Amino acid sequence: MNPLQMVKDLIESKLKDSLVQVGDMTGTLDHLDILVVSDEFKGKMLIDQHQIVMDILREPLKDQIHAVKIKTITKEKYNKLQG
Amino acid sequence: MEDQNNPFNILNKDISQSTELRSSDVSGDLKQRIESILNSADIVLFMKGNAQMPQCGFSANTVAILKHIGKSFTTFDILQDMDIREGLKEYSNWPTYPQLYFKSKLVGGNDIITEMFESGDLQEVFEN
Repeated sequence: MNPLQMVKDLIESKLKDSLVQVGDMTGTLDHLDILVVSDEFKGKMLIDQHQIVMDILREPLKDQIHAVKIKTITKEKYNKLQG
Repeated sequence: MEDQNNPFNILNKDISQSTELRSSDVSGDLKQRIESILNSADIVLFMKGNAQMPQCGFSANTVAILKHIGKSFTTFDILQDMDIREGLKEYSNWPTYPQLYFKSKLVGGNDIITEMFESGDLQEVFEN
């Protein structure tokens, strides 16, 4: 499966009510730009938000993905950004 | 004076508030060594290179943010110590450098530090 889709499906399946967008930063499918919107992040430090996402990705992706850039945000903030 | 030649010191602050911890300053088994480094100051940055001469753009950016905030901080050069370099990744469950700690707790890598600096959250963390 396309790693972008795999990452999206994986996070959305493990993190309830999450919305995930995955971008390919380099065109080589191994440097991914990942946006995760979820209310699981509410009240948590950014490091803990990122750790939640990294813990989901760590094992499945350790051989495939060279680098990920993660952005985490709550639904409330995401909706504000969308105007 | 070295500082003036440092292309990464974009904010052009003096570096007097940073100190560097050397590998030889800490001994003992790995976990104890890591903890003694973490306990050596409130703000500890594990980075590639040192504050005067960062060896990576991400580390340089984090240093520039810390200098801008102006709190004193200690750096540890992970390029000089493979044991710490690998061991800290396990210890913190965080795979990349730089890693910034406040009172022995991981605050984040460069992306997180940049985002927290821009939102003002980083400055707030340091006040606690």
